[in-house]
Amino acid sequence: MNTLTLPPLLTANPRLDQWVGFPSPGRVRVSTGRVEIGQGVLTAMLQIAAEELDVAPERIRLETGDTELTPNEGYTAGSQSIQFGGVALRMACAEVRALFLDHAAASHGYSRAELAVSDGAVIHRGEPTGHDYWSLADFVNLRREATGRPPTKRVADYSFVGRNAPRVDLAAKVFGRPAFIHDMVVDGMVHARVVRQPRRGATIAKVDEAALRLAAKGPIEIVRHGNFLAVLSADETIVEAVAAVAPNHVAWDGVDPINPYQEEARWLLQQPSTDRTIGPPQTSEPPPGTTRYEATYTRMHIAHASVAPSCGLALYRDGKLQVWTHSQGVYPLRDALARTLKLDPAAISVKHVQGPGCYGHNGADDAATDAAVIAFHRSGRPVRVRWRREEEFGFEPVSPAMVVTAQAAVDASGSPADWTTEIWSGRHTSRPGGGGNLLAAEALPDPPPHPHAAEGAYPPGAGTRNSEPLYDFSAKRIVHHLIAETPVRTSSLRGLGATLNVFAIESSMDELAGRAGRDPVAYRLAVLSDPRARAVVEHVARISGWRAGLPSGTGRGRGIAFARYKNMAAYAAVVAEVAVDESVRLTRVWCAADAGLVINPDGAINQLEGGIIHGASWALKEGVRLDTYGISSRDWESYPVLRFSEVPEVTVELVDPMADRPCLGVGEASGGPTVAAIGNAVAHALGARLRDLPLTRERVMAALLRA
Amino acid sequence: MQPTSLTVNGSVVSVTADGGVPLLDILRNRLGLMGTKFGCGQEQCGCCMVLIDGRPEKSCGKPLSTVAGTAITTVEGLGTPDRPHPLQQAFLDEQAGQCGYCLSGILISAKALLDHNLSPSRAEIAKALDDNICRCGSHVRILRAVERAARMLRGGVAR
Repeated sequence: MNTLTLPPLLTANPRLDQWVGFPSPGRVRVSTGRVEIGQGVLTAMLQIAAEELDVAPERIRLETGDTELTPNEGYTAGSQSIQFGGVALRMACAEVRALFLDHAAASHGYSRAELAVSDGAVIHRGEPTGHDYWSLADFVNLRREATGRPPTKRVADYSFVGRNAPRVDLAAKVFGRPAFIHDMVVDGMVHARVVRQPRRGATIAKVDEAALRLAAKGPIEIVRHGNFLAVLSADETIVEAVAAVAPNHVAWDGVDPINPYQEEARWLLQQPSTDRTIGPPQTSEPPPGTTRYEATYTRMHIAHASVAPSCGLALYRDGKLQVWTHSQGVYPLRDALARTLKLDPAAISVKHVQGPGCYGHNGADDAATDAAVIAFHRSGRPVRVRWRREEEFGFEPVSPAMVVTAQAAVDASGSPADWTTEIWSGRHTSRPGGGGNLLAAEALPDPPPHPHAAEGAYPPGAGTRNSEPLYDFSAKRIVHHLIAETPVRTSSLRGLGATLNVFAIESSMDELAGRAGRDPVAYRLAVLSDPRARAVVEHVARISGWRAGLPSGTGRGRGIAFARYKNMAAYAAVVAEVAVDESVRLTRVWCAADAGLVINPDGAINQLEGGIIHGASWALKEGVRLDTYGISSRDWESYPVLRFSEVPEVTVELVDPMADRPCLGVGEASGGPTVAAIGNAVAHALGARLRDLPLTRERVMAALLRA
Repeated sequence: MQPTSLTVNGSVVSVTADGGVPLLDILRNRLGLMGTKFGCGQEQCGCCMVLIDGRPEKSCGKPLSTVAGTAITTVEGLGTPDRPHPLQQAFLDEQAGQCGYCLSGILISAKALLDHNLSPSRAEIAKALDDNICRCGSHVRILRAVERAARMLRGGVAR
C-alpha cells in the first residue's frame, strides 16, 4: 500500500490545475502563492517549474500572490518559500508531466518508459512524436488532486535547477520601467493620505476642516469614519502637503503616553509575563564539579525600515472589492479585510504587486487596508494610499526589544554541561488575522479586540527562535517570558528572536572559550557533532584564514559565530573582522552556508549577503527611539542604517549546493551569526565585551572606560 | 500659471504646474516617468536622485520653479534594454539588486561619478553612493557593478 505524504502545501491546494496550466500554444501558466519581496523567489520558482515540466523558462508565465488565481500558501515568510512552497510546486509539476506522458503512452501506443519531454514536446527515444503539452492539453484533465506518486527528477538530471539564473524582475527595475505598486496608475485614481490615530484607542476631539482645506492648493475631500480620517485629492502633491501639516489641525483625546525609557530593553525584566520552560526543569543546585556562568544581552526595538514607505490601492465597485498590495499574504489579508469591512471574503480579491524589500510584517497590510476602507466608502473610485516616510517609521509594527540571559554550568573541561537561555520579549507575531492589528480597523467604529499576545509553537518558535544551542550540551532548556504589553506595536522582522538569541549564545560561547583558554573555533567544534554544522564552521575558518591565538585588545579583531536558522533551516557560519577605535569599523565578513540543494546559487548567495549587511546594520546602528508619544525616530537621521562607505568586503560560499538533499530556507540564515560574529570581533579587538545592541560609539567608549 | 520649460532626457517639455511642486512629482505624475522613486520626501535616501545639468540631485526637494530651463536626466534617460548604458548592463551582469527599489537613484549617482572619474577607487564609489540607501544589502554587488561599468567605459564600450 502506497502511503505517500504530500507536502503540506500540496495537501492544502491539491488540484493540479491550481499550479499549472497550458493556456495557449507554447505557453505555460505556473501559479505560486509565494510573492516577490526582494528575495528573488520568482526566479527560483521559475527554475523549479521549468525543470520538472521540461519546458524553457521563457514559455512560463508566473502567476503569483493572487486570491483569484494562485494557491493559498499563507504568508511568504520565515525562509520557507523554497523549503515548502518550492517543494509543493516541484511535485505538482512532476505529476503534470507524468500525466501527459501517461496519456501519450496509453493513447498513442508508446512505451511509457521510452517517453520524455523536451521543451514541452513529447519525445520517444529522443525523436519527436508530434505531440506536446498543448496538443494533448484537451485530453489530460488537470482538475484532479495530486497524488504525489510520480517521481521528481534526479538532481543529476537537472538542467535549470542548481544553475545561476538572472533575476526575472531585475531588468525592468534597472531600466526604470514601472515595476512596483507605487508605480501603478489606474484610470480615475484618487490619492489619499491618512491622518493617523496617534495611539490605539485615541479618539478625535476636533478636526479643523477649514484649516486642512486652507493648507491644500486645490480641492480636497475629507473622509472620516469613527477615528479614521483621510484626505483625498486627484493630485498627489496636494494630499502629501496637507498630510504633512494635518496633525496640527486635528486634536485627539485619550492618547495614552508611554515611557521613553522603554526604548532600552531592560524594562522588560519588571513586566508581568506569561512564562514557560522548554526542556528539563531548572535545578537549584548546579551539577557537581561545575562553575556557573551567566551573562545578559539586550536589543532595542528594530524597524523594518523598508526603503520605500508602504502603498496600497483599492477599488470597490458593484459589491466587489479589489485590492492591490505588497503584503506577504494575500489570503490572510483578504480574510482580515472581510472582517474589518463586514464583507464576504468571496467579494474581495487581493493581488500582490511588488514593493520595496520587506523583511517582515511592515506597513504593507495597513496601507492596503487604508485604501480598502476609503474605497469601500467611495464606491467606483480607485484609491491609492502611499504612506509618508514619517508614517512608515512611526506606525509600522517593529521588532520587539528583548533581553536574553545565557546561563551555563561549566564542567572541568570548560564546556557547558547544563545550559539555559532565558528570554524576555514582547510578541514577535501579530500579523493581521481576524481583523485585528490593522491600524485602520482600530480607528473605525467598533474596533476589533486587541489581539491576544502569543508565541508560536517551538520549534521553530518566535521569541524563542534559535534559543536552543545546537551544541552537544547534556542539558539544554529555554525559559521564555512573553510580555503582553509593549509600548509600541510589535511583529515579525527577519529572524525574529533568533537575532538576539544567537547573539547571546554565540557571545557566551566566545567568552567561555576565552575563559577556558581555547580557540573559539576549536572550542565550538569540540561540542558540535552535527556534521553539516561542523562543515560550515570549518569552511568559514578556512576561507577566512582563521588563526588561533591572535592577541586581543589591539584595536583589530576577528570573531566567529554559527547558527542553523530555526535549528531546522540553513546552516550558516560567519567570520567578521573589525577595526575599533572609538567606533566600530567592519572591514571584512566571510560566510559559509549549507542550504541543502540550492535552486539558484547566485540568488542564495545574494540573500546571504543581504542578511550579512542587514545584520551588520542591526549590530552597529539600528534601534528605534521613543518619546512620550511613541516612536520618535521617524527619518533616516534618527534611525541610521549602514551606508555604502560602511559596508565591508563580503565573501559567501555555499557548501555542497548540488547535493541531493532537501532545500533549506536561506533568507534569514546569516543575520544572527553576523551580529554575533561582529560582537565577538569587537570583544576581541577591545579586550572587553559589549552585550547591548547596537554597538554604537557611545557603548564602545563606555566599555573602554570600564575596561 | 505660466508653463515651465525644461529638458528631460533630451526632450524639451513644458509643464504647467505650481512652481512649488517637487520635480519628483512632475516626473512621475505629470510626465509618467516612474523610474525615479519616492523614498522619503526628506532628501535623505536618494531614491529620487536625478541629474540636473549633470549634477546628482534629490528631486523630492527640488521645486519645479528652481529647475526651469535645466536639463534633467532620469534613469529612463540612461539607456534601454536594446541599448543599455554600461552601468545598466553592469548591474544586470553582477545581478546587483534585490528588491531593486533603490537602483534607479543609485544608477544616477553612479553615472554622475563616472561622468567625471572613469577610474574610481572602491572608496570613491562608496562615497559617491553614500547619499543612497539600499536596505536589502546589495551594496557589495552594486560596488562591483560600478567598477565593472567603469571598466566597460574605459574600454570604450559603446553606449
